Amino acid sequence: MISFVQVSKRFPDGTVAVDGLTLTAPDGAITVLVGPSGCGKTTSLRMVNRLIEPTDGKILIDGVDVAGRPAAELRRSIGYVIQHAGLFPHRTVVDNIATVPVLLGASRRDARNRARELMELVELDPALATRYPHQLSGGQQQRVGVARALAADPPVLLMDEPFSAVDPIVRKNLQEQFLRIQSEVGKTILFVTHDIDEAVKLGDRIAVLREGGILAQYDTPQQLLAHPADEFVENFLGLDRGVRRLSFFSAEAVPLLTEPVVGPGVAPDQTAPWTLHVDADRRPRGWSASGAAEGTDLISIGHTFEPAADSLRAALDAAVLSPTGWAVAVDADGRVVGVASQESIAAAIRSAHDIEALDKSSGRETDGPPTRFADATRPVR
Amino acid sequence: MVARALGKKAGRAVNLLNYLNSFLHDPAYWHGQDSVWQRLLQHCEYTGIALLAAAVLAFPLGCLTGHTGRGGPLVSVLATAARALPTFGLLVLLTVLMGIGFLPVAVPLVALAVPPILLATHVGIRGVDPAAVDAARGLGMRPMQILLQVEIPAALPSILNGLRSAAVQIVATATIAAYVSFGGLGRYIVDGLSEYDYVQVVGGAVLVALLSIAVLGLFAVLKRVVVSPGIRAR
Amino acid sequence: MSIFDLPSYVGSSFPGLIATQLEVSLGAVAAGLVLALPIGQACARWPKLYPPVLSVATVAYSIPSLAFFVLLIAYTGLTETTVLIPLMIYSLVLLIPGVVDGVRAVPPEVRLSADAMGFGPARRYLQVELPIAVPAIMASVRIAAVSSISLMSVGGVIGNYGGFGDLVSWGLHENKIRLIWLAIASLAVLAMLCDGALLLLQRTLTPWSRGRSGRKRAAQ
Repeated sequence: MISFVQVSKRFPDGTVAVDGLTLTAPDGAITVLVGPSGCGKTTSLRMVNRLIEPTDGKILIDGVDVAGRPAAELRRSIGYVIQHAGLFPHRTVVDNIATVPVLLGASRRDARNRARELMELVELDPALATRYPHQLSGGQQQRVGVARALAADPPVLLMDEPFSAVDPIVRKNLQEQFLRIQSEVGKTILFVTHDIDEAVKLGDRIAVLREGGILAQYDTPQQLLAHPADEFVENFLGLDRGVRRLSFFSAEAVPLLTEPVVGPGVAPDQTAPWTLHVDADRRPRGWSASGAAEGTDLISIGHTFEPAADSLRAALDAAVLSPTGWAVAVDADGRVVGVASQESIAAAIRSAHDIEALDKSSGRETDGPPTRFADATRPVR
Repeated sequence: MVARALGKKAGRAVNLLNYLNSFLHDPAYWHGQDSVWQRLLQHCEYTGIALLAAAVLAFPLGCLTGHTGRGGPLVSVLATAARALPTFGLLVLLTVLMGIGFLPVAVPLVALAVPPILLATHVGIRGVDPAAVDAARGLGMRPMQILLQVEIPAALPSILNGLRSAAVQIVATATIAAYVSFGGLGRYIVDGLSEYDYVQVVGGAVLVALLSIAVLGLFAVLKRVVVSPGIRAR
Repeated sequence: MSIFDLPSYVGSSFPGLIATQLEVSLGAVAAGLVLALPIGQACARWPKLYPPVLSVATVAYSIPSLAFFVLLIAYTGLTETTVLIPLMIYSLVLLIPGVVDGVRAVPPEVRLSADAMGFGPARRYLQVELPIAVPAIMASVRIAAVSSISLMSVGGVIGNYGGFGDLVSWGLHENKIRLIWLAIASLAVLAMLCDGALLLLQRTLTPWSRGRSGRKRAAQ
C-alpha cells in the first residue's frame, strides 16, 4: 500500500501545491486522485516516485519510506504511465517495452520475450512489435506505455491522466481494457484524472482534492456520490450524481411483469396498455398498443437491460429511452424474461436506498471494492 | 545585343571549361611532389583533425547545456560571434602574431567550427520530446543513461547537421589559409592568382568545390546509417 | 593621426570602406531576399518543391567562398559583382527557410477570415500575410546580413573587392598590423550594429508582437 503522511509541497515562489495530504491507497486496488487544475493531484503522484521531492511529510510504500532508497532504483520498482505515453521515438515498440527489464539487467532476448507477452496482455497486434512509435495511433501508443510500465512486474503503478489525450471512443475502450488487465494483475494503482466520470468508473477509492492541494474527501465511489462532504465536492460531482449513483445498485431489484409478453400466435391482453411481442425463441420483436388492429407495424423496443448483470441505471435508461416508457429485460442470451414500467423501476430505486441506509446504520456495510455492473464497461460497438 | 552578351557568356563558360581541361590534362599537377593528391590529402587531414578537435570541445558542452537547459544565452552569443568574425582577418592576424606555422591555421579552423556543433547539439537535445525524457526519468534511468539512450539518439539528425556545417566551414577556411602559406587545395587558387595562371585557379576552385560536395554526400550517407528509422521518417 | 586614417595605397578612406562593405554585403542580402520571397512562397504553397530547392541551395552554400569568387572571375572579370553574386547565393540558403517558416506561420483561419471580409488577394498578401510572416523572415535576414558582412572579407584575397578584407591583405603585405586589427574590429562592430539595426527594424514593423511571447519570438 501507498501511504501519504502529512505530505506537503511548497514551491520556491510560495505556491502551495499540496497541503498536508494524508491518505492510504490499499493494496491491489485503484485509488484515484481527482480534482480541478491546481489541486496538486499530479504533484502528489510525482512525489511517490520522487520526480518531485516533498517539502514536508513522508510517503511510504508498504511501510518503507521512499526517501530511503536511491531515486533511480526506486523508480525501477514502480510503473509510470503518462498522458502522451512518452515513448522513445528511436526505438521499436518491443524495445520500448523492454526498457526497464534491460535496465534491471535482463538479457535483451529475455526482455524482448517478456515484452511480447505484455503486448498480448494489452491486446496489441504482434505485428506491431518491430514498428516505431510514429507509426502507431494514439490509442496504440498509450497501450505500449501501459505495457512498458508493467514490464518489470512492479507492485505499484502510477498513472498520470493516461487516457486524457485520446478521443472519447478510444478512451472508453482503453478504460475497459485497463479494468480487465487490472483484474488479471491486481496491482496497487494510483491514478490521476481531472474527469470525475472516469474516477467513478475506474476507482475503488476516490480522493477528491481542491485547489491548494487540500484533500476534500476520500471515499468509495458510492459513498462519495451518496454523501458528498461539502459544497465543493457536491459541485465537482455535478448535477446528475443521483442518476450516477444508480450504477452501483443491481437491477435484480426491479420487479418484472410477464403478462404483457406474448409469443407468436397468442392474442394480446386487451387490459394492458402495451404488449411486447416475441418470436418462437422468446426474442423481442416489438411493442403494440392495446386496441391496435391486427397487422399494424410493431414499435421498436429501443435497447434492453440484463437484470442479472446490469445496474439500476441501465434499467432506468432502457425505460426512459423506450418509445413506450417500458423497459425490456433479457437474459444473457437475449431472451425476454419480463418487462418493467418506469414506476416499478422508481419503486426499486427507493427500496434500494432504504436497504442501503439500513445496512449502514446496522453496520453491515463492507469496505470492499465497489460492485461493478456490466453496463459500466460494456465496449462500444 | 542580347546575342552578343550571351555569346560573351557562352564564350566565358567555354573558357572556364578550357581552363579546367588544361588543368586536368597537365601531368605536372597530378604527379610528383606537389601533386593534387598530396594537397588533397593535406586538406582532408587538416579537416578531419580540426573537425574532431572541434567536436571534442563542442559536443560534450552542447550535451550539458541541452540536457540541463542552462547556458542557452551563451550558446546563441557564441553562434552569433562565429558568424560575425571574418575568417580571412583571423587567419592573417594570427599568422602575423605567431609567424607562419601550424597554430595560426589550426586555431581559426577549430574555433570557427565549435559554434555550429555546439548550437546544433544544444538545439537538438532541447528539442527532444519532453514526454519521452519524463518517462525515462520515471522509469528509473539515471541522467547519463537518459542522455546516452534517449536524448542523443533522438537529437542525432540535428547533431549531424551541425557536424556537417562545421566540416563545410573547415574546408572553406582551410582553402583561404593557403593565403598565409598553408598547403591544401587552396594553394592552387592563391598561387594561380598571384601568377595570373587561371588554369591553376580554375583547377583549384573546382577541386575544392567538389571536395565540399563530397563532404555533403558523406554526411548524407552517415545520416542514413546512424539515425534510427523511427526518427528519420519524421 | 587618428586610428581611422588609412594610408594612401589602400585607395579608400575609412568611411569609404564602410560604404563599400555595406553596399555589397547588404546589397547581396537584399537581392537574395527579392529572390527568396517568391521562391519561399512557392515552396510553402507546393511542399514537394521544398526539399529539392533546399538541397540545391545547400550544395551551393557548401562551395567555399574563395572558390566561388574565383570561378566567377571568368564571367564578371574582377569587379564588385564577382563578390556580390556568390554572397547573394549564400544568403539564399538562409533566407529561403526563413521565408517558408514565415509563410507557414500564418494561421489558415486568418487567411480565411481575411477572404471572408473581402480582402482581395494582393491586399491580403500585403496587409495580412506578410506582416505575420515578418518575424521569421527578419530573423533569417539578420543572420544572412551578419554572415554576408564577414564573408565578404574573403574578397580581400582576390583583389580590392573585399571591403575591410582589403585592409587585411594590405596590412599583411605592408607589415602594418594595426590595419589588420582595425579591419577585424570594424567588421565585428559593423556586424553587430547591423544586427541591432535590423532587430529595431523588425520591432517597428511588428508593433503588435511586443509583450511576453512577442519578445521571445523577436529575440530569435
